[in-house]
Amino acid sequence: MTDLATPPKTYTPTPVRSRFALGNRERNLITKVIAYLVLILGAIVMIVPFFWMVSTSLKDSTSIFILPPEWIPLQPTLKNYEEAWDVAMLPRGFVNSTFIAVTSTIGEVFASMLAGFAFARMRFPGRNALFGILLVTMMIPGVVMLVPSFILFTQLGWVNTWSPLIIPVLFGTPFAVFLSRQYFATLPADLEDAAKVDGANYFQTFLFVFLPLARPIMATLFVLGFIARWNDFIGPLIYLRSTELYPIPLLLARLNSLYEQNWTLLMAGATLALLPILFLFFLLQRYFVESVALTGIKG
Amino acid sequence: MQLTFVEGLPVASVTFNHVYKRYGSTIVVKDLNISIKDKEFLVFVGPSGCGKSTSLRMLAGLEEISDGEILIGDRVVNNVAPKDRDVAMVFQSYALYPHMTVYDNMAFGLKLRKTPKQIIDERVQEAAKNLGIAHLLERRPRQLSGGQRQRVAVGRAIVREPSVFLMDEPLSNLDAKLRVEARSFISKLHQRLETTFIYVTHDQVEAMTMGTRICVLSAGELQQIDSPFNLYHNPRNVFVAGFIGSPSMNFFDAIVREVDSHLMVDTGVFQLQIPTERSAIYRSHVGKPVILGIRPEDIHDMDYEPPGIVPSKIEANVDVIEQMGNEMIIYLEEGEKNFIARTDPRTRARIGGRMGLTINMDNMHLFDKTTELSLAYEDKQQKSHAPV
Repeated sequence: MTDLATPPKTYTPTPVRSRFALGNRERNLITKVIAYLVLILGAIVMIVPFFWMVSTSLKDSTSIFILPPEWIPLQPTLKNYEEAWDVAMLPRGFVNSTFIAVTSTIGEVFASMLAGFAFARMRFPGRNALFGILLVTMMIPGVVMLVPSFILFTQLGWVNTWSPLIIPVLFGTPFAVFLSRQYFATLPADLEDAAKVDGANYFQTFLFVFLPLARPIMATLFVLGFIARWNDFIGPLIYLRSTELYPIPLLLARLNSLYEQNWTLLMAGATLALLPILFLFFLLQRYFVESVALTGIKG
Repeated sequence: MQLTFVEGLPVASVTFNHVYKRYGSTIVVKDLNISIKDKEFLVFVGPSGCGKSTSLRMLAGLEEISDGEILIGDRVVNNVAPKDRDVAMVFQSYALYPHMTVYDNMAFGLKLRKTPKQIIDERVQEAAKNLGIAHLLERRPRQLSGGQRQRVAVGRAIVREPSVFLMDEPLSNLDAKLRVEARSFISKLHQRLETTFIYVTHDQVEAMTMGTRICVLSAGELQQIDSPFNLYHNPRNVFVAGFIGSPSMNFFDAIVREVDSHLMVDTGVFQLQIPTERSAIYRSHVGKPVILGIRPEDIHDMDYEPPGIVPSKIEANVDVIEQMGNEMIIYLEEGEKNFIARTDPRTRARIGGRMGLTINMDNMHLFDKTTELSLAYEDKQQKSHAPV
């Protein structure tokens, strides 16, 4: 007689595994370890030059070539900062660089957003061909255009002014247009229709509905554009002659003369020049994260 | 635009006049002629791709009209921008602005029209109160449930106080229970606002329960426009007959014959007698091929046939039985022809067994085999004194 209360025993086979085979957990662990090693290596490559720059900027000029190298200066000094600030005319440089970078980048981002919106959302003849041409311009190396643009700006009388550095960018840049078009194209068409029925024209739809939704892209473009403008060396070098118009990179370069390398001053200046970029990055960081949070409208 | 004002709301009629929509060589909407009265609740219904949404979008101004004209009131709006058409629309996806609060979503249209702040505030608050979303005004769309979003989308349309409300499948993203609630909520809204509603759906239940009139579209063409009652009881053609009603009407290829001065419909498997009082209309079709249409509820279990009908008895094999509690859906087969009956839940049918059935021929429909038009449509339409 079988006992009805206890269920019949079922046979579950134990999986047979070689002593050397790895389970899922072990395999995951190994993948993780490798991933972290690669990341740590990458981080070291990024951080060491940065650390060396800051370290050098805090040393006096005699102790920079000591062997073995002093990673953390034994007698840190801020003297280099004071000197660089004055000798390199950094206050002037900050004003110049900020003006050039901020005006051109704001203009660049807004114009690129407008163009990206048009490419993504408006139907007009030749749209795709135009967009193709725009992408092609991205593939032309900058140096190729150096001489033609120089000739053009000379004829416009823009040499030794900030105009060549600011005005061309105000019409948007191909990469920024491309990025914003790709983003606007992903937003649902119903949003545009809803705005239309609500009474918005194209510009209002752009300004009140699409632009606010593109904040993450705007922040990204602003940071990228600002860094590019702030660090630009070749542009100002070619177009600017008067020292009082120089942005920071040119002023720092002046610290290196033919016979003398002022490493400590240069590093102090470079550290100072880096601060606005760091600040900007931390300020806009949350928008990068936000871009993930803005998913769909249906939900 | 000729407008009458009822409780502050402008009311307008809508007319489609030989409207076409083409994309290249594809015709999406073909010669659409509809006149929608003031305060009417008109439902566009049809299978997907039938042109119902396109028609609504043409009316809203979101699609261009390829040919013909659309009038709101007595103004041709073909070249009028959406914002100047005085329409508001509720989208299937709701299309709420994700970066704005519920309040701003509702106020957006009014702000664009430079409505004074105080009036905006009054209207938004009032609409929010009526819709039961007053406590959500500071939230953003992503913090709302599907039902709440749907109400916000309706609220955004209401505050505009438009002369025509357009709704494009507004309930299809809701779950079944919410959808039933939302249906009656929108019907009530229509009664309260007393303005013209034009509603698009592919769901015939929504169409039947909400519309004062229903416009059935198929392949871009208007099939029939009528009250829910007439649409059900006097479909103009085979498409409408099959589309409205669930389970759908059974169709049999048949021939009309005259036997001993009685008219019979001969499907090859069944010979059914046409009631004498309905014979006159069909007499001219004797010998011609027709399509016989019988709704599942007009096929009864022989043991439970309702009194007062002219019964026609047949037998069939039982394939599948679905017991619904209040009724029974029986899938039948006879002579390689499948059909469905909706019978009394007490029916004692067995799967695989034979079953005796009674067909109520008073409610049958006959359609021309080639044109697929109902043979009795005109006649019934004249006699119809059904509630509209």
